[in-house]
Amino acid sequence: MDLNEFMNAVFNFEDYSQLLPLVTNSLIAGAVLGLVGGLIGTFVMMRDLAFAVHGIAELSFAGAAFALLIGANVVFGSLLGSVVAAVILGVMGMRARDRNSIIGVIMPFGLGLGILFLSLYEGRSANKFGLLTGQIVSVDTVQLNVMLGCSLFVIVALLAIWRPLTFASADPDLAEARGVPVGKLAIGFMFLLGLAVALSIQIVGALLVLALVITPSAAALRVTASPRLVVGLSVIFALVSVVGGILLALGGRIPISPYVTTISFLIYVVCRLIGARRDKLGRTRRSASPDIAAVKVTAA
Amino acid sequence: MTTPAVSLQGASLSFGNRVLWHDLDLEINPGEFFAVLGPNGSGKTSFLRVLLGLQPLTHGSARINGSSVARGSRDIGYIPQQKSFVSGTPLRARDLVGLGLDGHRWGVRLNGRRHRRRVDELLDLVGASSYAEAPVGLLSGGEQQRLRAAQALATDPKVLLCDEPLLSLDLHHQQAVSALINTQCHEQNSAVVFVTHEINPIIDYVDRVLYLAGGQFRVGAPEDVMTTEVLSDMYNSHVEVIHNEGRIIVVGLPDATTHHHGEED
Repeated sequence: MDLNEFMNAVFNFEDYSQLLPLVTNSLIAGAVLGLVGGLIGTFVMMRDLAFAVHGIAELSFAGAAFALLIGANVVFGSLLGSVVAAVILGVMGMRARDRNSIIGVIMPFGLGLGILFLSLYEGRSANKFGLLTGQIVSVDTVQLNVMLGCSLFVIVALLAIWRPLTFASADPDLAEARGVPVGKLAIGFMFLLGLAVALSIQIVGALLVLALVITPSAAALRVTASPRLVVGLSVIFALVSVVGGILLALGGRIPISPYVTTISFLIYVVCRLIGARRDKLGRTRRSASPDIAAVKVTAA
Repeated sequence: MTTPAVSLQGASLSFGNRVLWHDLDLEINPGEFFAVLGPNGSGKTSFLRVLLGLQPLTHGSARINGSSVARGSRDIGYIPQQKSFVSGTPLRARDLVGLGLDGHRWGVRLNGRRHRRRVDELLDLVGASSYAEAPVGLLSGGEQQRLRAAQALATDPKVLLCDEPLLSLDLHHQQAVSALINTQCHEQNSAVVFVTHEINPIIDYVDRVLYLAGGQFRVGAPEDVMTTEVLSDMYNSHVEVIHNEGRIIVVGLPDATTHHHGEED
């Protein structure tokens, strides 16, 4: 394949106006998932759950593969696998070290089960590949409604537990002393995370979920520590990645996920550069600040 | 007669057959600075957890400001052991203090302006206004601990529970944080329960101490409890206590794992 062919396969905007209406469902789904990923990602970062997201995704993949095998709804299968994995992790692995070893055990098992189900499946092979690496135009209206309903539930539930969850994630000891149900919130959050992961898998696939749930928030955290700004930026980054990815993928013959992951990666790189620059400036400004020095002297 | 800020009646705490303390009767008055001392594992932190309502007593009862201990009581301010926040924590100093104010409430915050004003007051109170907008992960241990104090004072607590709040702070911040706690004690008439393994940084403020060791306890003024006779009796071996220029130095503690600064023989 020469460069021209390659560019043609990756970026192709012929017949764009005819193609666009065909992906309206995917675009709506993508936008909503961007919102969910951006919101939940902030807590994933605060609670140090990046590896857990990956583990949940593999079990979600197993659930989806099983659904595909028995001819059931793939979205439901994926939701089921995901929620089971997330709740197991929530109950068993409260401490980070326990949790990581449990994920390390569960993840290959889930992936293995998924491969087993897929090799027994005799349908279209594109369906198999899609579960792992994402798919496009495949969102029909029934799936869309399920996804929208679940997303709405996740968003509303997250908003309802927002403050105590922030408290419990940042400062569990004090939160517990203040009467925040830290343990129950942890399990509740894992349930929501399970839902969010299963939904994201429908667009970017099990292997690439991190690009939707982690990368946008990680990027936002590089440039600000203001909680509102982190959430806002993280949602915007996720939205730009998914919707932008779908729009770019439209004409080419490549699945949507490379576009999504590349956009979200580029955003991260830019944020890191901005963050590094700011750290350097910020540190000198802080240490040079006369009133901080004055406070220290009076305190002593 | 005023209601005691903290009262324990016949309180016992044991884990399995290990008795931490037994039949403890104690009243701490509003405005009293009360220190809890003892070696590691003597039940100092458990004592605080009982008052926080996180650890049920084996026997007896515990009351805060006249009512039984309960989790999340608004009468209690709590300063936990200093634990650094990681640098990626998406909170600024003011957000951390804000969580102390209403972090236990459901939903998202709606009363933004009033909340902001209260947070500013609290930051000012602990001398943290100059770094209000700084990310908590970039603050020093001492700066973070001042924010802890601001969080704890957010509810105007009747009782301030402090769990080794000076641990791993440098001398300046030790003095600043303990002075801050003492101010709250006297100006707001809060009772302070101050768990520590080192009495000297707060020796000028302490009214009474509770010394826990070897399943026993003693309560009284520091000069009565921190003596060669009393501590030797509790540890069941000879411990030398030296009073020097208002400081108390304990020498020869039997348990080498304690963090007493006392030199081992």
